[in-house]
Amino acid sequence: MKFKASIDIMPLKALLDPQGKAVSATMKNIGLPEIENVRIGKHITFEITANSASQAQSQAEEACRKLLANLIMEDYHVVIEEMGV
Amino acid sequence: MKFGVVVFPGSNCDQDMVDVLENMKARHKNEVVKLWHKDHDLQGCDFIILPGGFSYGDYLRSGAIARFSPIMQQVSEFADKGGFVLGVCNGFQILCEANLLPGTLLHNNTRKFICKNVYIKAVSDEFLISSKLNTHKALKIPIAHGEGKFFAPDEAMREIYQYNQIVFKYCDEKAVVTFDANPNGSLDCIAGISNRRKNVFGMMPHPERAADTLLGNTDGLLIFESIFNSIEIFN
Repeated sequence: MKFKASIDIMPLKALLDPQGKAVSATMKNIGLPEIENVRIGKHITFEITANSASQAQSQAEEACRKLLANLIMEDYHVVIEEMGV
Repeated sequence: MKFGVVVFPGSNCDQDMVDVLENMKARHKNEVVKLWHKDHDLQGCDFIILPGGFSYGDYLRSGAIARFSPIMQQVSEFADKGGFVLGVCNGFQILCEANLLPGTLLHNNTRKFICKNVYIKAVSDEFLISSKLNTHKALKIPIAHGEGKFFAPDEAMREIYQYNQIVFKYCDEKAVVTFDANPNGSLDCIAGISNRRKNVFGMMPHPERAADTLLGNTDGLLIFESIFNSIEIFN
């Protein structure tokens, strides 16, 4: 079966996110001071062949741990959906 | 003494590094070769250097893809056996990603790419790469990075201090470590570290860019002289 993995990788909350900080500051400049605490990460998608959704989930998580995320500075969230035939 | 400078796609300080080591040949009888990242052979080198640059375009994270280059398997095994490895700038980032050094390098606090001379001081002269340095004297060495803010979680930092792994700190001209002299927000002003065994080293500043009288600054040469000095003592 084919699955689609959608992964969000975000800088850890405890760490300064300079990109997010710069964008937060710009919100004031565009007249949207209500928006604050912008944090910027990465969104990664890929297709994965697996026997089950849980197998796809564990393979995607392995990809995150080994390559896609650096757990010292980032965390990840994986969503798996079955793809139509 | 044979040095191997690894060339990744996107390395751009490899030739500077080779030039410095070539220039030292007359005095130290050393050899230097370039090692292509797709090779599996360290060609009998005694000292491996991962140079600066933008390996794999810094895609995903700096160093994250380069650490899986074929030659890195051999570099890891070499380091595990006690072989000497130095990573400068992107090389430091690769060594952290490869778990050969603790911690990681985050985006600079300012979000800017910083390219300028800074001052660093050796925390101790007991490292292979600092044996000829005066710990009360600042070295002027350029940095050129967007992601050079050293960070490690609390537990890793405790170990870094417990095993005396800090090699260089950012400081002012008088060798005083102050946060004002810290260009990128590095934790505790850290500019360079070693592994626990003290055979693997990483530093963000570029000593190879400050090792030629033509460039008007030879402070970096002292780091290379330290390497030769230490090896001669070991032998």
